[in-house]
Amino acid sequence: MISAASRPQLAAKARLRRDRRTDRLMILYPEKGIELSPTAAEIVRLCTGENTVAEIVERLGASYATADRATIEREVLDLLNGLADRCLIEERS
Amino acid sequence: MTDEPRPYTLIAELTYRCPLRCVYCSNPLELDRHRRELDTATWLRVLAEAEELGVVQVSLTGGEPCVRDDLEEIVAGARRLDLYTNLATSAVPLPRERLERLRRAGLDNVQISIQDVAAKASDEVAGLASFERKLEAARAAKEIGFPLTLNFVLHRGNLQRIGEVIALAESLDADRLELANTQYVGWALLNRAALLPTREQLDAARHTAAAARERLKGRMEVLFVTADYYSQFPKACMDGWGRRFILISPDGLVLPCHAAHTLPGLSFENVRNRSLAEVWGSSPSFARFRGEDWMPEPCRSCERRTVDFGGCRCQAFLLTGDATATDPVCSLSPHHHAIESARAEARAAVPASFVYRSMKAAT
Repeated sequence: MISAASRPQLAAKARLRRDRRTDRLMILYPEKGIELSPTAAEIVRLCTGENTVAEIVERLGASYATADRATIEREVLDLLNGLADRCLIEERS
Repeated sequence: MTDEPRPYTLIAELTYRCPLRCVYCSNPLELDRHRRELDTATWLRVLAEAEELGVVQVSLTGGEPCVRDDLEEIVAGARRLDLYTNLATSAVPLPRERLERLRRAGLDNVQISIQDVAAKASDEVAGLASFERKLEAARAAKEIGFPLTLNFVLHRGNLQRIGEVIALAESLDADRLELANTQYVGWALLNRAALLPTREQLDAARHTAAAARERLKGRMEVLFVTADYYSQFPKACMDGWGRRFILISPDGLVLPCHAAHTLPGLSFENVRNRSLAEVWGSSPSFARFRGEDWMPEPCRSCERRTVDFGGCRCQAFLLTGDATATDPVCSLSPHHHAIESARAEARAAVPASFVYRSMKAAT
């Protein structure tokens, strides 16, 4: 389970690539791909294994002045745990 | 995603040659007609043309892709184009040094097929002593740092061991486990009497797979590809004809699926003298079963026509003699009795022997 203190990173089998048609970021993994919304792309790009979720939320908060921190944190955790269940994001050990 | 046809995946069948002789191989029966393989330069051009069309993934498969000496060059070419590359291999031959070279060339994922959980049963289906070599290659791939997919094709002879299959995948630390029920085209159709399970076998296996998927969530991706002979509705074969996939046969035919070149009345272009963009955009073969205009009843007025696209054209042809028919797997198909009688045969469990894949056409 990814929490605020976790340092998430992309799983070994997953790779990011920009789609030449839509210009959106995609997560590619065996036989599949997920097109990310601009917000999801920003979050996933920050999953380097260095940043904690709390730091990612901090970075996002700076650019999304309208949403409160708790809301952003909940949305980030939902996205990352959804991707972790699909083995696309993992906690750096 | 819009519904406009747009290819995401290129399936590159680099060769039909294979040291294994699996009885459920999805390759066509008449392999010998496609011996003239594309050279390296043509494959590199095809990859570039595919990427320009929107392709983001390449599956390198066959036959056995590792029998080609230029595999590393092809992988490196795909990687230069930022394509995600998956190698679907039997792991024969795939020594550790080759895995290391492929890693350096930029291969993203290794997918190894294993036929069963012990040497005797695995080798019997493969027609070659290969089980131990597969395990060695799987271990080496993980040690080198590759993400590992294991692929098990399921049939009446191994479905009851699905729990052991999952345990084997866990012991090999696989990232992804594909439990794929046999699809009855190609050599598998020829061997259907020896392969088709009963509904009870299948339900028990599905249950075990579902429990494992839950238990391994976040650790190993567990996929269970259902047996369409026991489904109420057909599978969305290739996500629809000429919609998301392009397949290139070893001799360069541009195809919407693995077996399209076995359908009568269609002629397919060759990448030796056509660009992929031209074929994708204006080939009559790719247009033939796109959209809904070709559909007969009951598909034409069915609300599932945008979900399953009428099912598999090759299966329709193989079981009805008519490639434009509704896939007989569909319970609404007027040919559904073909599936029902195959299920009845499976219940009767008449012993049947295997016909092994070979380059010479089977009879």
